[in-house]
Order: sequence, then structure tokens, then C-alpha cells
Amino acid sequence: MVKIMQEIIERISKVFSVEEVVQQNNHQWFITVPKKQALESVTYLRDREGFVHFVLLSCADWIESGKFQLTYLLNHPVKKIDLGIRVFIDRENAEMESAHYLWEQIATYQRELYEMFGINFPNSPRLTDPLLLEGWDNIPPMRRDFDTLKYVEETYFPTPGRKSNDPGTYMKEKLYPNE
Amino acid sequence: MNNKLISLRADRSLFPKEEPDGKLEIDLESGKYIKVWHGPNHPGVTGNMSLEVTICGDEVVESKTHVGYLHRGFEKLFERRKWIQCFPTSIRMCVPEPDSNEYNFAASVEELGNIEVPEYAQWLRMLTLEMARLAILLRVVPAHGGTMGLGLGVQWGVYLRDLLLDRFEELTGGRVYHMYIIPGGVRGKLPEGFKSRLTENLKLIDEFTVRIKKLMFDNAVFKKRAIGLGVIKPEWVYQYGIVGSNARGAGFNLDVRKDYPYLFYDQIDFEPPVGHDSDVYTRAWLRLQDIKSTTDVLRQIMDKMPDDGEIRAKTLNVLHWKIPKGETYIRSESSRGEYGFYVVSDGGEEPRRIHLRGASYTHGIPLLEKMLVGVNISDISAMMVSLQICPPEIER
Repeated sequence: MVKIMQEIIERISKVFSVEEVVQQNNHQWFITVPKKQALESVTYLRDREGFVHFVLLSCADWIESGKFQLTYLLNHPVKKIDLGIRVFIDRENAEMESAHYLWEQIATYQRELYEMFGINFPNSPRLTDPLLLEGWDNIPPMRRDFDTLKYVEETYFPTPGRKSNDPGTYMKEKLYPNE
Repeated sequence: MNNKLISLRADRSLFPKEEPDGKLEIDLESGKYIKVWHGPNHPGVTGNMSLEVTICGDEVVESKTHVGYLHRGFEKLFERRKWIQCFPTSIRMCVPEPDSNEYNFAASVEELGNIEVPEYAQWLRMLTLEMARLAILLRVVPAHGGTMGLGLGVQWGVYLRDLLLDRFEELTGGRVYHMYIIPGGVRGKLPEGFKSRLTENLKLIDEFTVRIKKLMFDNAVFKKRAIGLGVIKPEWVYQYGIVGSNARGAGFNLDVRKDYPYLFYDQIDFEPPVGHDSDVYTRAWLRLQDIKSTTDVLRQIMDKMPDDGEIRAKTLNVLHWKIPKGETYIRSESSRGEYGFYVVSDGGEEPRRIHLRGASYTHGIPLLEKMLVGVNISDISAMMVSLQICPPEIER
């Protein structure tokens, strides 16, 4: 399986600028490609290499470096291997080409990413239809700079006299006070 | 009598036309259409979700899925919790079957943190995962009939599921949320006499599957309504990310336990049931076969597992865990199909990102919206149960 995957990565490296290759386990690899080549490489993997099962589209917020990491996780149902295509895009005015035409399900993932991270996918169907948050008027809540505690304190009036503990500190005091 | 009035396959010319881009022309002002909210408070929805359905007569012409009634922001909470604090949160992402969440979270942490799980603990994990699958299947299979008025099977299902919840209670202390498969192992060993009590339960469940078969699958009403309803075309399977029984009903033999054997599933002899007609009846039938297959798998696990052993790996104090930088996708087979956690660690004490990939995400939004068009309004519930949609895993 490792050999099969190495051959696939070798082939894709000849066509696209693969910046980083990480082998997570025997059947799972991640590669990083530039934003401009992201959807081309996903299309190539689907049509030429047989990665026809689209597992998920996810985003991780690397606020320190000002980037969003988008991961298109693909699966080859015959060879039983996974390949994650990682793309880093700017957090400011985040925008990515829409992939809704590749798999029907992707439009829903993009709708969620628009709502939760504020990433724009031009021409993606029903992109601005709220998925969960009707009437949301704050920054997209899954961005790391969205402070949940502050939001709750501002939105829901705190109950007078209520005391709360940080669970981590509280557990440490109770269970391992000397460590 | 005008047959058009009673035919479910009414004259399509009476229905809205399509625009050049394939979208329906629906003019609510014309008086031909009505918008109905199916849920969130409705006995025929499979949880806290609703469908904004536009109907023409009895037929659905458009459906939009609305979720958000149960949004608890788990994926956001993960980013502000230590790894071990994420564990009790992660299990709540699918209420009826929390064990897949337990396993996926634990396995992700173990893979990224290079933690070796003892063999005995892995067998115990398999046992509880299969018990959980069986418990939910016992609820879901009769529920197919329940949506069509066959309430007796549902009561049998609740009774049989309760027996398994009794076993969970004696093993873990919890009936719904078990919190048993912790990172590094499991929380406890089997109580004395557990295997014999579970064997008795399995025997009873096998007896009841024969009754459920007679009650539902030989029933004229169920057959008349379920056969031919909600057909999933094979070409949709990858387009919509369809997994589990919904894909197997369309002839795709997809099962994570077979395709990517985890724990000791490669030592278990079983074949996931596969069908071809791909309608509600076929999927219900496959799930009934899955009950039989799962009871058999559970017996094999009890036969093959060691009698005793270590149940937890030795790890550092959980409050001080720092999981090395990396990312992984861990999948397991839930009763609804492939269920996965995509986990990104930045090397710190808290996860950078945990993303749940539940089968219901694609089954419940793009697929259901597509499949409900043209369906009689009374069959909406049957379609939702048949796709086995669990809303909490959509709106993590």
C-alpha cells in the first residue's frame, strides 16, 4: 500500500507543485499544494487516480500565521487509501474557488465553512443560506479570535452570585494539588 | 372515477415546470403550492431537525433541511479544552450511539500520541462498539415500520434495546453515555457472569428478529409502501458521499470494518449484507440482516477474546498531555456507516481542530433534499428513518 501511494505521489508531483508530503499511517497521506492548483489536483486525483470518495472538507485556523488550512480528504475505495490535499489560504478576505461541481455534497461543506469561518466560495450554490446560525451578527464563530466566553457574558446576563471554575485548574486542585 | 385523483404517480404536467438551470418554478402566490414545516417538533422526524417542505397536493416539490435546533458548538469547545476534557464532550455528538465517538476520539489521540492500547482492552472496545451498533439497529429496524403505522415492532425494539442498555449499565455505569473507551484503553473489565447474560440477550434478540421479519417484512402495508420508495441510484453513492446500509442497499459493499480493519475485526468472520434494489424496503431488510450479523459477531468476540489482561496503557497524567503536532483521520463503522474524526494537533495541550464526519451530514442535507422531491408527504418520515439521519452529528 505504501508503494502504491508513493507512486501516486510521484505522479502527482510531476504535474503539480507538491510542497509537503506527510505519511500519517500505512493508508493515509497528506500533501500540501498551492491554492491555485488545489482544485486541479483534486480533480486530477478523482478522474485520473480513482479517488472518487470525497470524505470531507475541513478547515483549521492557524491564526498565528494568518492562514486557514483547508483539507480536502479523498479516499480511494478500491485501493483503500486516503489522501488529504491541504491548502493554505489567507485569513484576511478568505476566499477559495468553489468545488461544488466536483461532488454534489461539497456545496454543503462550503456553506458551513462560509458560515463558521467566513470563507467565501464564489458561485457555490446557496452559500449564504444560514446552515445553523440564523440572524448571526458577530464574526464567524469558528474563527479562533471569536471569544466564546466574552460572547456569552455580553449576550446572556450573568446570574448574580454565580461562581464558576476553570475545569482544568479545578481538577488539578482536587486531584493533583502537588503537581 | 378519475384515476389521476388517486394515483401516486400523478400527471407530471400538473406539477411545476423547470427553469433552464433545472430549478423548479414555484410560485407560492399561485395557490397551487403550500409550504409546510415538517419538524422540529414532530413524531415523524428522527431528531431535532426540520424540513421546509413545499407541496403540491400530496407531493413534495421542494425540500430544504434545517438544522441548528441542537447546536452545542462541540467543535468550538474542543479548541478550548484539554485533550482529556474533550472526551466527555465528544461522545455527545450522536446521542443514540455515542460509542463510535468514544472510539474515534480515543483512537485519534492514541495515533497522534503514539499510545499502545493493550490487547484485552481492544477486544473490550470491539465488544462495546458492536453492542452499541446492535442497540441502535434494534431501534431503527422496527422504526421503519413505525413510520407506516406498525407500532408494535417499535415497542419490541425498545424492549430489546433496553436489555442491551442493562448490559451497558453493569459494564460502564451508564445506560446512554458510557464513557468507557477512554484514550489509552477502557475503564473496566467485564463483570462476573457478563458474557452469559449477554449471550441470553442475544438469543432473545435472534428470536425476535424472526418475529420482526413476520411483522414487518411480510406485512402487505409495509411492502406496498416501502418497495420502490426512496431509491438511491448507484451513481449517487460517491457523488453524495453515501455510506453504510444506504450504500450497501445500492450494491456497494462498503464497510469500514472490512475495508480498513481496526481493532481485531480482521480476526472476525462476517460479511456485511448487500442489496441491490436500493429502496426503503431493501435498506430495512439489510438492517435486519445486520442485526443477525452483529449478534454473530458479538458471539465470536466473546469466544475469541482473552479472559483477562491489561485494560489501560500507562500514560502521563492526563492533565498534562501534550499531543505531538500532526493530523489524522480515524474512521469506524457506526450503524449509519463510516463515522470519522479528523483531528489536527499543534503539539499543545488543546486540539487545534477536531472535525466530525458523520454519515448524516451528507445523508441529511444534500441527499434528503434531492430524494424527497416527488415523494408523497406521508412518506417523508419513512425516508428520514430509512436514511437513518441523526441530526446532532450534522450540527456538531
